[in-house]
Amino acid sequence: MSQEVLQKLQQHLGENVLEVHDHRGDETATIEAKTLHDTCRWLKKTAGLEFDMLVDLTVVDYLEQGRTPRFEVVYHLYSIAQKHRLRLKVGIETDTPEVDTVSDLWRNANWCEREAWDLYGISFRNHPELRRILLYEEFEGHPLRKDYPKAKRQPLVRRPREEFEAVVRGSGIGNKRTLI
Amino acid sequence: MGLEFTTGRLADTVSWARKYSLFQYPFVTACCGMEFMAVWGPRFDIARFGAEFPRFSPRQADLLMVVGTITERQAPILKRIYEQICEPKWVVSFGVCASSGGFYQNYSVTPGIDLVIPVDVYIPGCPPTPEQILDALVMLQKKIQDRDTWSQRNYEIQEWTKKQAEGTLAKR
Repeated sequence: MSQEVLQKLQQHLGENVLEVHDHRGDETATIEAKTLHDTCRWLKKTAGLEFDMLVDLTVVDYLEQGRTPRFEVVYHLYSIAQKHRLRLKVGIETDTPEVDTVSDLWRNANWCEREAWDLYGISFRNHPELRRILLYEEFEGHPLRKDYPKAKRQPLVRRPREEFEAVVRGSGIGNKRTLI
Repeated sequence: MGLEFTTGRLADTVSWARKYSLFQYPFVTACCGMEFMAVWGPRFDIARFGAEFPRFSPRQADLLMVVGTITERQAPILKRIYEQICEPKWVVSFGVCASSGGFYQNYSVTPGIDLVIPVDVYIPGCPPTPEQILDALVMLQKKIQDRDTWSQRNYEIQEWTKKQAEGTLAKR
């Protein structure tokens, strides 16, 4: 059933479908980023397809595989009416990690895209409120990118242990033997 | 009964009273909370140690139980809660996440709450067993009796400094 969806998608988009993959029901299509929003609208509105639910929206960073484009945004779609699934992939360039928002089509994409912005720094064009959702505003960088240093911490408050010890041991008193 | 009175230092008596009436503020953020709830139940019964009553306002509590993972985003909240508790106050770091960050060695988790607030007793384990919690409580009671906690030592230093400035320090 979902293979029909892939065929329809290929007929509709022609050469804008870069790659399709189909193995035991995980129908996947990689498409051109510039056609993303129109394609999503078409997938949602066309009778017989009716992808009315965005199950998940994630990003993959292929830095270590050395792939170009480096980022890939993945959309997991499901049709409650037709009971079929489709996975859409869009490659994103490194220097301008930007893609159209789909939050006007699926409301939950709003938060998913904010999360993608927060952790991967993918910017979504025309998003109503693109700001961090999980991390704090003071955080610099996007920690799930593969070039983010693993050991880097960005604390909001920190009182080092030495300071506590200075409070109590600084004067050389305060342990049990020198109680008042 | 020949024994009609005992002698002792006032500070010891006060500590004795304090250690058997700990009012805890449970700062529960993660799965450790399940074991923590078990300690409140009849099987392990933390009430035997006089520490069964949770206060859900830090202003009414004197024992801060930090149960679970503390993220960098939450650390300022924890610090603020700690500062709201009246002296004398005690902190128990419950489980490896609170004590050291545990297996979350990443950008988001504070590697040990003792970077943010002073801690008196650490409980290891993921999660700790109820017996460990009771053991930690007894250790804390011993520290309170010995006036060896951060809060009590800090207080005594302030008193000592004050008396030294006034010249009223008792000769030993």
